[in-house]
Amino acid sequence: MADTVVGATADLHVPGSSPVDGDDPNRRDFIHIAAGVAALGLVGGLAWPFIDQMNPAGDTLALASIEFDLGKVEAGQQVVVKWRGKPLFVRNRTPKEIQEAIKADGSDLRDPATDESRHKPGKAQWLILVGTCTHLGCVPTFGGGDYGGWFCPCHGSVYDTSGRIRKGPAPKNLEVPDYAFLSDTKVKIG
Amino acid sequence: MSGHSTYEPKSGFERWLDTRLPILRFANDTIVTFPTPKNLNYWYTFGGVLALMLGVQIVTGIILAMHYVPHVDMAFASVQRIKRDVNYGWLIQGLHANGASMFFLAVYLHMFRGLYYGSYKAPREVLWILGCVIYLLMIGTAFFGYVLPWGQMSFHGAVVITNLIGAIPMVGPSITTWLWGGFAVDDATLNRFFSLHYLLPFMIAGVVGLHIWALHVPGNSNPTGVNVSSAQDTVPFHPYYTVKDGFAISVFLLLYAAFVFYMPDALGDAANYVQANPLVTPAHIVPEWYLLPFYAILRAVPNKLMGVILMFGAIATLFVLPWLDTSKVRSMRYRPTARLYFLIFVLACIVLGFCGAHAPDDLVIPGVSGLQVGDANLNSFVWLSRIGALYYFAYFWVITPALGLFETPLPVPESISEPVLSHSAMTPAGAVASPEKRG
Repeated sequence: MADTVVGATADLHVPGSSPVDGDDPNRRDFIHIAAGVAALGLVGGLAWPFIDQMNPAGDTLALASIEFDLGKVEAGQQVVVKWRGKPLFVRNRTPKEIQEAIKADGSDLRDPATDESRHKPGKAQWLILVGTCTHLGCVPTFGGGDYGGWFCPCHGSVYDTSGRIRKGPAPKNLEVPDYAFLSDTKVKIG
Repeated sequence: MSGHSTYEPKSGFERWLDTRLPILRFANDTIVTFPTPKNLNYWYTFGGVLALMLGVQIVTGIILAMHYVPHVDMAFASVQRIKRDVNYGWLIQGLHANGASMFFLAVYLHMFRGLYYGSYKAPREVLWILGCVIYLLMIGTAFFGYVLPWGQMSFHGAVVITNLIGAIPMVGPSITTWLWGGFAVDDATLNRFFSLHYLLPFMIAGVVGLHIWALHVPGNSNPTGVNVSSAQDTVPFHPYYTVKDGFAISVFLLLYAAFVFYMPDALGDAANYVQANPLVTPAHIVPEWYLLPFYAILRAVPNKLMGVILMFGAIATLFVLPWLDTSKVRSMRYRPTARLYFLIFVLACIVLGFCGAHAPDDLVIPGVSGLQVGDANLNSFVWLSRIGALYYFAYFWVITPALGLFETPLPVPESISEPVLSHSAMTPAGAVASPEKRG
């Protein structure tokens, strides 16, 4: 590039004094940089579609919410439904479980949250949780552990009756998904 | 041209690596300093285009395989899902489907280039044969790939082509059943075709490596067909041909993009938008455009086995071409008679493609009926394809061997530089005769 210019640097060029157009290093640099930028732009422009194609497709997103009829769930019973490929715990809590959960509000929690914040107002018996352990994604079972809630068989995380983490390696409480009551007995999740 | 190396490691790391894995030396000698004849024209840029297209097909194909489902009940829907629901699936599927056509367009121009400039002649016979192997693998890959969307054309195309094997005496039907993995083209067939469609491109990439290796032993041929005689005849591959190839690739990509973005289905067949139905064959079965000439040769013969033999023979002929050509002159630039027959050959290939797209009994010129000779209507596509097929084989087996013995070629220049320098009176003042000497 620049080595084709004999005895001159870019600074010394006065407009109109360039002997041969192709010998002006500024013009050559411009062509090189412009070509490089164009090539990079093409590669970059193509890279995004090639990456984004692995994100959830339109039909996958369209099926991402479900409706569920709570009428089928008796007090003290838990129903597991599949939502976005994962288990969802729909638990109809007994008054005893709710009491225990509220009692634990003041204790030293790893991921502090009141029981009230984990259910819809006035619907304390309905606890809806994403059924995957916040440690590494296994499915906890109900009834194990020392806190009356869930126990994860993989690495021993223990959750209470509000789905809050109490013991073991998991860092967070069981996740509460976005959901809304469509009627007294029907919820839409997601 | 091979064996030399002008690579000089510039940093400590490059020196360290060079004594352990001289990969930078290899890259430098192959794509940077490789001495290339200085007179290559744009017909010589399709090698670069083809390398790019192979890369595009492999990358887009790997992506499509993430979303495609090789099952008779789901394949068609999964391709529609790719086009409609997968993020940018319309783009990636469009690039892949149209990429096949662009790949073949480039390979045909590359092959015609080789035929015209005698690139297959000694010492480049192995290079040419490897190219023929790549072409065969491309046909196989394209065929397997066309089956995957599982439309009507996919299915019945697969039925017709696999039934060709049945023409082989004695063992044909058993081989066909073995290919199908059942009593007909079905789920087992679709699954193995998907597997092979994924495999073959990597075999192509391997043979492309050999093709380039074989190219770099004698070096590129060139439009004069004269051997490189001195360093004056060559320029380094970079930047001269990286830039020239780059420009050709850019223009080629414009055409490719025009198809992908403005007419993504123009090269496909409407019947392939109907899901495969083994119970009903579409009214008119045709392959994709790039295989039409061979399809026309197949249908030109009223005998199943002979049709199959001629169709495969048309490709097999290419393999022995280096030994059919008796001419000592490589480039048709100096063979005016051969050039004429070559142009007729190109025309014959196009006419055969045209014939392959039409039903055999359709009239070539509608409304003209005076060409009836006995039972034969010479105005029908089947007769036109017979004429085309006859010329195709005659060109290789009769005209090419005979021309070398009987034609009078024009005088061939002493060297690559000679015809350039003899025009030096016309070169503008200030232009340099040996651009590679600058800087």
